Amino acid sequence: MGFDYSPWLRPEMMPNIWCPGCGVGIIVKAFIRAMSACGWNRDDTAFVSGIGCTSRAPGYVNMNTLHTTHGRALTFATGIKLAAPDKNVAVISGDGDAAAIGGNHLIHTCRRNIDITLVIVNNGIYGMTGGQYSPTSLPETRAATSPYGNLDRAFDLCELSKAAGATYVARGHVGNAIFLERLIKGGLEHKGFAVIEVMANCHTQYGRRNKHPDPAELIQFIGSRAVSVSQWSKLAPEERGDKFPVGVLHKDTTVPEYTETYKVVQARARERLKAES
Amino acid sequence: MSQSNDRVFWPGNEIIVEAALRAGCTFFGGYPITPSSEIAAHMALRLPQIGGTFIQMEDEIAAMGAVIGASLAGAKSLTATSGPGLSLKQENIGFAMMAEVPCVIVDAQRGGPSTGLPTAPAQSDIMQARWGTHGDHSVIALTPTYPRELYIETIRAFHLAELYRTPVYVMLDEIMAHTTESFRIPSADECGIIKPRSEYTEARVNSWRPFNDYFQGQHLHITGLSHTAEGFPTTNPAIVHKSILHLVNKIVNAQPQIERNAEYLLDDADIAVITFGSPGRAAREAVLAARANGIKVGIFRPITYWPFPVQTVRDLVDRVKAVVVPELNLGMLALQVEKSAMRPEVRIHPVNETGGIAIEPERILAAIEEAQRGI
Repeated sequence: MGFDYSPWLRPEMMPNIWCPGCGVGIIVKAFIRAMSACGWNRDDTAFVSGIGCTSRAPGYVNMNTLHTTHGRALTFATGIKLAAPDKNVAVISGDGDAAAIGGNHLIHTCRRNIDITLVIVNNGIYGMTGGQYSPTSLPETRAATSPYGNLDRAFDLCELSKAAGATYVARGHVGNAIFLERLIKGGLEHKGFAVIEVMANCHTQYGRRNKHPDPAELIQFIGSRAVSVSQWSKLAPEERGDKFPVGVLHKDTTVPEYTETYKVVQARARERLKAES
Repeated sequence: MSQSNDRVFWPGNEIIVEAALRAGCTFFGGYPITPSSEIAAHMALRLPQIGGTFIQMEDEIAAMGAVIGASLAGAKSLTATSGPGLSLKQENIGFAMMAEVPCVIVDAQRGGPSTGLPTAPAQSDIMQARWGTHGDHSVIALTPTYPRELYIETIRAFHLAELYRTPVYVMLDEIMAHTTESFRIPSADECGIIKPRSEYTEARVNSWRPFNDYFQGQHLHITGLSHTAEGFPTTNPAIVHKSILHLVNKIVNAQPQIERNAEYLLDDADIAVITFGSPGRAAREAVLAARANGIKVGIFRPITYWPFPVQTVRDLVDRVKAVVVPELNLGMLALQVEKSAMRPEVRIHPVNETGGIAIEPERILAAIEEAQRGI
């Protein structure tokens, strides 16, 4: 029996806006299966996004959904989680949304270690606005705004998140949906801020400018660059090239979660008030 | 605290906090900026005592985002800032307008543009409150003058936010933020309506999107995109146009209910001093001095600044022979008075200050005397 997505989706919102062959659908489905596997109740879950192709996902998912401003999804999600700490909050974001305009919010949400799960769909390009280079575009990427090749260096979003204090950091790719579901599930189960980067395809805006116009081929190409964490550590730097490690890259269960810590603040405040009165 | 005869000695920024808590505020998201800083500091102290939540975010944009998120989860929410922070917040304030999320924004105004005069008074954000975010919209902004008024208007801001499903501004200036004085805490009657969001059934008509908060089993979709009455994105021109008219008209049409002004000695006045915020206090002293010299002058202060009391000001200007407009900017209120007034022969005498100091009563008195000579 296949997974029944029907209660999780809003059929009246179909068809979706994504290009045929886009990987976002694969990732949203993995997200839904992971939520289901964790026993998440749709009434008690908020699914939040910013702006961009990926950020249209919550509109198609049948729960409490919020489509915010560009880059700011984590700030809204933080407000929801603080006001309703017993509810589940998940965020989906693209690479431009999460790492460029939202980069400051990303690192500070990592630092707070609030119990929110963020999935970043990293296709290395701004899709919706017409194929501009993003903070995760590799050097020499051809984009609408880098016709002579991208001269920026790319962010490693997992290293960034880890360094900023996220307590669950994983990377998957669009070519292995079962593995991705497991990584997202690990993030949802983790008590703290979890970041799951998904290496994804945008054949429309990235692929056609960079010799990968076919979605299936591009998904396969991305998959061919994925190396498991255990294998990655055995690779010499020169062997790594354009490859990337996939799997759970970092997990720390010793760091207190933010809303739990705030309960301690509330208890202290009440104690001090009592002592003063 | 609920004792109506209690006298307290609080600075303006603390008044805002205590009034907000009385109004049922349980969430504050902020970012440090003078002259509003004490609001965040006092909220950090007070909110956890009552089981509420305070958070200092990484920037002003994030603070506004957190406030909207908390409000969507059911919390009456507040943020406070000053000019540069208000500029940053505009993006998400526009979201709160578009998505109809109740929340309150306090702006303790300081001099601008840019970093301007960090801890000196100004009233030059009043147009930004009206027009700061992009797109067609209406806005509610309250401009109290006295401590009790500040307390009452902060409470009313929460009520109006809930009733009209929109962000509401409380605009003060550095003088009000930092002046500490004694006042009597208003009684429940004086505070107006205070009730939980769940009891705002009359607010349903003011919500274009489905009314409820999150986690109530409704599976709402909330977006800053133009959306249908079901809350989902649309580019249908007729629906989009209707939704924008809804956003604007729900406030424009309620103007008579939202309008609140203070009038002082206007009955027999030949001259009206029209002002708002802290210059209202200097105006009072100037008016009393002018009256002692036989000049018939009074004061009109819009306490609801936006939507502007156009008709009331028009009627007032019809009755008087001259108008004096003191304000801590280069004529933002005067422009509004000019727009409202229909009689070009009524002369407007501006009294402007942008140097980060108060307008002294003597300057207002001199303007009143000049106006009297011109009658």
